[in-house]
Amino acid sequence: MEDEEDNIFSGSDDEEAMTAGEVLQKLEEAWMNEALSPELLMNKSDIIDCMMEQINEMENNIQRVKTNDLKIYIHKMELERIRYLLTSYLRIRIKKIEKYATAIMMEDGKRDPDDAKLTDSELQFAREREKNLLELFQNLVLQHMPPNMQSLEKDKICSKPNLDEYVFFRVNQDVEGVLVEEETVDNREEVIDLKKGEQHIMRYKIIRPLAETGAVSLI
Amino acid sequence: MFGEKALELIKELKRCGDGLLPSFNEETVRQVLEEMKSLFEENHKDVTASSEGEQGLFPGVQLRHAALERNKRILLTYLNERATSIAELRWQMGTVLPPDIRSRLAEHELSWLQKYNKSLTAYMRAVGADITHNLKPPKSLLIEVRCTTEHGSIELTSGRTLHLSRGTHHFLERSECEPLIARGIVEEI
Repeated sequence: MEDEEDNIFSGSDDEEAMTAGEVLQKLEEAWMNEALSPELLMNKSDIIDCMMEQINEMENNIQRVKTNDLKIYIHKMELERIRYLLTSYLRIRIKKIEKYATAIMMEDGKRDPDDAKLTDSELQFAREREKNLLELFQNLVLQHMPPNMQSLEKDKICSKPNLDEYVFFRVNQDVEGVLVEEETVDNREEVIDLKKGEQHIMRYKIIRPLAETGAVSLI
Repeated sequence: MFGEKALELIKELKRCGDGLLPSFNEETVRQVLEEMKSLFEENHKDVTASSEGEQGLFPGVQLRHAALERNKRILLTYLNERATSIAELRWQMGTVLPPDIRSRLAEHELSWLQKYNKSLTAYMRAVGADITHNLKPPKSLLIEVRCTTEHGSIELTSGRTLHLSRGTHHFLERSECEPLIARGIVEEI
């Protein structure tokens, strides 16, 4: 009995080096970054899959323990919190995909399929959305327009994320020589070094690659 | 002036504010399309005349072409804005729309909503999580709800059955309440 309860938070049997706590921390980090960045970030399907497994495991464990113990209440609460985190993360991504489907797919089309931002199911969703929207346009107005107006240049009219948005972020590891301002006629270029633990507010575009590698976290 | 009708569509959406969807304005959309048709015909006439040697028609053609582009852009914006709000309805009200809202959509918009539903469901099945639930961060495991309709019995995940009748209060797990709240059967207190 005691054993079972203590096992609720222990990981599954696979050889994964991460503990459940670490996975949760990574999920929290991914969730914050995704919520605060203007564009869609790389998918973190490994973390998500891992967490899904953990949740199922925990659920099974809780069901096996049949008491009205306070511990169960706390475990259940924790489970609800994690589930919120997980669904919220997926929700934020889906909303961004809805908004920028065409732009994201074009961007993904240019890179190696292994480095795609979208997971397979997200790609499926984005494709269907784009197709359905075009169908709606076609059926309601485009087909009634004069012949030279019926075409659609989707790369020109699709909405794109605003990469110039200002974001707050915390530096996780030292980075030297970050180009903040390109050299122009009036100004000299501005380059700064980021030190671990510092917090800044800057345009997202500047720290875009750093947010992706985890060198900075959006806050 | 050209494009004025089309602008009315956008103004109408704007006036209604966020989350409220006005009826699909079929009449105005039709008028805009007709305006486009006559603009196109006039242009066609002028272009033919120019190719036969008539002078000084090009500025007019260009102006009309700009008006055509503008009308097209506005119509597409109108549809796109509406499609986004319609998809949002799925999140607010679930899969079944109340009749008064349903009647405000054009037929093709209804089928857009259906297809949206389908892809969202397919996505949720693929990831194995219902992302239309757990919308708010949980503050406590159990919440108190009041039943607002005579709903009858439901079965809880614990296997217990619960009788929901109007005006009764219940203390339930949040995950179990959310679908009921979304359908308007119970309200949170």
